[in-house]
Amino acid sequence: MKHAAIFFHYVSQYMKTRLTYRVDMLMEIMSDLLFQAVNLVFILVVFGHTQFLSGWSRDEIIFIYGFFLVPFAIFGAFFNIWDFNERYIVKGEMDRILTRPVHSLFQIILERMELESLFGMITGIAVMVYAGMRLDLSISWYDPFIFILMVIGGAFVYAGIFVMLASISFWSDSRTSIIPMMYNIGNYGRYPVDIYNKVIRFILTWILPFAFVGVYPSAYFLGREDWYVYAFLTPVVGFGFFFLSIFIWNVGVTKYRGAGN
Amino acid sequence: MAKYIEMIRIRFLMMLAYRTNYYSGILIYSINIGAYYFLWSAIYGDKGEIEGLSVIQMTTYIAVAWMARAFYFNNIDREIAQEIKEGKVAVEFIRPYHYLTMKTMQGLGEGIFRLGFFSVPGMIIVSLIFPINFSAALSTWLFFMVSIIFSFIVNTQINLLTGVMTFFFFNNDGLIRAKRVVIDLFSGLLLPISFYPVWAQSVMDFLPFKAISYIPSMIFTDGFSRNEVWDALLFQFVWALILIIPIQVLWIIAKRQLIVQGG
Repeated sequence: MKHAAIFFHYVSQYMKTRLTYRVDMLMEIMSDLLFQAVNLVFILVVFGHTQFLSGWSRDEIIFIYGFFLVPFAIFGAFFNIWDFNERYIVKGEMDRILTRPVHSLFQIILERMELESLFGMITGIAVMVYAGMRLDLSISWYDPFIFILMVIGGAFVYAGIFVMLASISFWSDSRTSIIPMMYNIGNYGRYPVDIYNKVIRFILTWILPFAFVGVYPSAYFLGREDWYVYAFLTPVVGFGFFFLSIFIWNVGVTKYRGAGN
Repeated sequence: MAKYIEMIRIRFLMMLAYRTNYYSGILIYSINIGAYYFLWSAIYGDKGEIEGLSVIQMTTYIAVAWMARAFYFNNIDREIAQEIKEGKVAVEFIRPYHYLTMKTMQGLGEGIFRLGFFSVPGMIIVSLIFPINFSAALSTWLFFMVSIIFSFIVNTQINLLTGVMTFFFFNNDGLIRAKRVVIDLFSGLLLPISFYPVWAQSVMDFLPFKAISYIPSMIFTDGFSRNEVWDALLFQFVWALILIIPIQVLWIIAKRQLIVQGG
């Protein structure tokens, strides 16, 4: 309960600071939209030249992209702590975080949230509805609940990976460029994994499970029964990775020595 | 002139000091190229060619487009915006050089550094992993060289233009980001222009963006006939000249109504 109250205080504070610079915020949302449009244009243009991408139709690929945007938006809003190393470790800000009464990771999430990314959810759902209507997908009463579960699973996959990467900074504060690399690898999960070779497919499923953010959960809604096992593993993998990352984080915090003054 | 060459040299040495950052950069670019390689292989399926490009030419196109990007890409629009916001630009005005030329030269220093330490080794690594076809004709390489120099010029001019706009908008992060999206999409980095629907292609014939990535990449992959190459180079040359006009005009207006915020 205490956590929820603190969370909403931070949210309202955040809204106030953002709404002071409305034009700036509007521009940011617009440019996010543009970035999302680029990938959509890419898919549309490509399918001007081919009917199927190893058995997946244009609308199915668009659906997968739409689904991907939803967990990615949640990740971007709350767990996008790519600058953790510089901001908290190198500058010694972590000292302050540790004096706060809530869990250190929760405190950092509160400070670093970027709620405007949540607009990506709307884009994603709109894209899915468009593709779903063209595919004549039928929706059962329980599908919205499964959708929520899958989205949380997908967001946790991303969150887990990024929290683990951030935790590395507890052991080594040297700058690495693993994080920008992760954004690029994450893009692999937006397309059906059967277009990649076996090694990449294995990595995307078990080591850096980005496939659980896009293609696997979407397979359920697209009625691809041969992928159902993977689809239903989404929440399991998501929660598994997220809890593992929290565990690593907690171990990391005990190793933190402080760097600031 | 000597002072501008000195600028190139200093920027080059500055980049050299931080060269370890670039080894991981090669990996990032390889991952990107890899993703597109698999995607394009799936798109081609068992089609021999699409719009006159075979799948190997397509892979080569993607690889060279990304590697050439390392040469022409620079952040001088952000740097200019930053210096305007911080008021540093006031000092730049009284220094004995042309501010925009100086920025261009810094960009060139960065570009030359990345060409030598990033693009060339990167291209070698990528060609070991993916099937890439290098042209044997000397003329292709020469045309490509000329063409990427024009890519650099056109891209830098567009960056200068967006950077100088900060004088009028004060905060133009949005414009800078939008420009990046437009360049990714319309320069031919992600998709060859010839893949777009015909109406979109004819619009892009009237825009400078395809001079940045599409033309050098097509030359490198031997996707153009000899006549098309000359046309394309002329296209780049004409745009490089045209773009000087708005930059100069905006620069003159900007100097007149300069407001320094702090500094």
